[in-house]
Amino acid sequence: MARVLVGVKRVIDYAVKIRVKPDKTGVVTDGVKHSMNPFDEIAVEEAVRMKEKKIASEIIAVSCGPQQAQETLRTALAMGVDRGIHVEVSGKDYETLQPIHVSKILAKLAQDEKADLVIVGKQAIDDDSNQTAQMTAAVLDWPQGTFASKIEKGDGNLTIVREIDGGLETVKVKLPAVVSADLRLNEPRYATLPNIMKAKKKPIKKVTPKDLGVDTAARIEVVSVEDPPVRQAGSVLADVDELIGKLKEGGHV
Amino acid sequence: MLSRNFFRLLVRGAHQTKSAVSFSYIASRKLHKSVCLQKNPQVELTAVRYPEVKRGNYSELTDRHIKFFESILGKDRTLTDPADVEAYNVDWIKMVRGQSRVVLKPKTTEEVSAILKYCNDETLAVCPQGGNTGLVGGSVPVFDEVIISTSLMNQIISLDELSGVLICQAGCVLEALETYLSEHGFIMPLDLGAKGSCHIGGNVSTNAGGIRLLRYGSLHGSVLGVEAVKANGEVIDCLSSLKKDNTGYHLKHLFIGSEGTLGLVTKVAIHCPPSPKAVNVAFLGLNSFDDVLKTSISARRKLGEVLSSCEMLDHVTLDAVTSNLNLRNPIGEHPFYMLLETSGSNGEHDEAKLNAFLESSMSSGEVLDGTVANEPSRIQYLWQLRERVAEGLVHDGYVFKYDISLPLKEFYTIVPKMAERLAGNKKFLRCCGYGHIGDGNLHLNITSKEFDHDLHNLIEPFVFEWTSKLKGSVSAEHGIGFKKTKFIHYSKSDSSLNMMHDIKKLLDPKGILNPYKVLPK
Repeated sequence: MARVLVGVKRVIDYAVKIRVKPDKTGVVTDGVKHSMNPFDEIAVEEAVRMKEKKIASEIIAVSCGPQQAQETLRTALAMGVDRGIHVEVSGKDYETLQPIHVSKILAKLAQDEKADLVIVGKQAIDDDSNQTAQMTAAVLDWPQGTFASKIEKGDGNLTIVREIDGGLETVKVKLPAVVSADLRLNEPRYATLPNIMKAKKKPIKKVTPKDLGVDTAARIEVVSVEDPPVRQAGSVLADVDELIGKLKEGGHV
Repeated sequence: MLSRNFFRLLVRGAHQTKSAVSFSYIASRKLHKSVCLQKNPQVELTAVRYPEVKRGNYSELTDRHIKFFESILGKDRTLTDPADVEAYNVDWIKMVRGQSRVVLKPKTTEEVSAILKYCNDETLAVCPQGGNTGLVGGSVPVFDEVIISTSLMNQIISLDELSGVLICQAGCVLEALETYLSEHGFIMPLDLGAKGSCHIGGNVSTNAGGIRLLRYGSLHGSVLGVEAVKANGEVIDCLSSLKKDNTGYHLKHLFIGSEGTLGLVTKVAIHCPPSPKAVNVAFLGLNSFDDVLKTSISARRKLGEVLSSCEMLDHVTLDAVTSNLNLRNPIGEHPFYMLLETSGSNGEHDEAKLNAFLESSMSSGEVLDGTVANEPSRIQYLWQLRERVAEGLVHDGYVFKYDISLPLKEFYTIVPKMAERLAGNKKFLRCCGYGHIGDGNLHLNITSKEFDHDLHNLIEPFVFEWTSKLKGSVSAEHGIGFKKTKFIHYSKSDSSLNMMHDIKKLLDPKGILNPYKVLPK
């Protein structure tokens, strides 16, 4: 029976309008509504379904971040996860926390908790890095199945259908393994009231990266954060000759 | 951040579009309309379906008239090509179709004034049109009335951040105003499913209700001033922006709810509440209407001042949304559903109240199941289940739409009664009830694949007689428009109807403003 570790990230809700801070050091997060990264929701849903099918015995959700990351863990617990681990990273450290740090944290926890499967969303919608699953697998020296749109359990292995540029690729990985969830893997459930209430009693353990022996010192420096350039208005041209004229003017022809 | 936008579009689908800050709008209803007009045959002309309605003694449109309009608006704002005009002749819900041959698109009050003065002099009937999202056939012509569209009168004039008073032209789309206000920390005092297309002038002219009325009251309270143009072209400026102004008769009320029959609203001054810091939405499943009633009473008591919406749907309604629009029911099948929204200044305080309320409702068995959300993306998804009901029902084919106010105890009894009455009719598809239970306002909808006279006669006047017997209103918020002129007497005394006729004669002696609507002959 597999023990599953799910990584969930607290990100700015995708329906919120992003604002860049006036000092260009980042985006405004204070007082802004956050929610669980949608791809991580899909990962949680997959883990919960595995438990319902009795393929998994226990699901542990992990989130790295400030105190509010516990809200994200509560959402995971309300979806059916058994317990949560909050790795506390706040302030400046959190601003420069990167997949390279998170992957080491997840790897250590996977070992400590004796997980058979680590599953995360394929990327976070705030940084679009798409690195955590891959790096975690490398640190653990475990096989990986990324962009999973279908997972089937076999005897000591997983058959994963991956969504890749050319179409679909099917791979078989031996357990323990790392998987990253893609959009079409499943449709996450809504946490219903009885489960939301049950979730309040489920445990969340708090640890720090130091406890796990992971150094979260900054490896990058944010130089500036700016809005994308405003889209220039197009113009309606009279005929093909004018088009050719404009193309020549712009040096495109 | 590409995946953020990807998720936004996924949730939104093709039917709703949100404007960023631009006011040149792709109306979500127009997108939807093109889909529907492709799928379904053309709507029958109102003049054909209702042969008892006779064209009034108005002039026929001539080239001379068109030339005049073009001299005021220019050729590109005077639409005469049938392909262009057709969309303006049919209402969103495909119930009625007029035969207008010209659409005028003024940009200023002065242009509206010049147009109306001319039409009055020439005895040309006009049909003012906003977002064309009305549900009683009031926004499109019955015959060949000249359509005056407010779609180019979309300028925001001012926002006073101290008082929260917004002044804007009548053609501003409600959602665009909401987006603008949210950047300044305010919200509109009204919200409805048609927000992506409806114009504030139309909202005011129909005294629109919607899902926030429970909290912010009716437009008669939140609209501080109106600028309107009378039938003879005279501009009536009662565009006050003061909360308190008891100087003389409160003329603005004449234009709020008179559905364009007393004047064409050109500007609005509206008092906007501050944006709530914390919004929570709960979508609940219940077993019986009795439980719905108990829960809404208990919501009022326990959630008190933070409750901002209290809506209900029956399972037939939700089925129209989930099967026709491919949306997902988040909590599993139940006979009844409710959607509650809280809006407040303190998230923790509101959540604590909401959770306490939900816990007690569940342990008492009134609520069987539910889900809660405070993330904007989830809130939007849950609201879609209620806001897109009208759209979902249109996919069935033809919708017989009724909007009644009833005493709460009798609120739902008409639904099974009507379903039983229609059971024998072969064309009958669906009979469902949903609405603003917090305001005692039920939307009773019956659908069939296409319009059917037998079905129509089984429904009317039964539904109005039933409502009248219970001393309810035959039109809680949708207005009278074209469809309910014959039934206005069920909810208004003869003396009040006579006074309405007198006022109409005073303000529009030739009767050119939106004829065949609101007042019965």
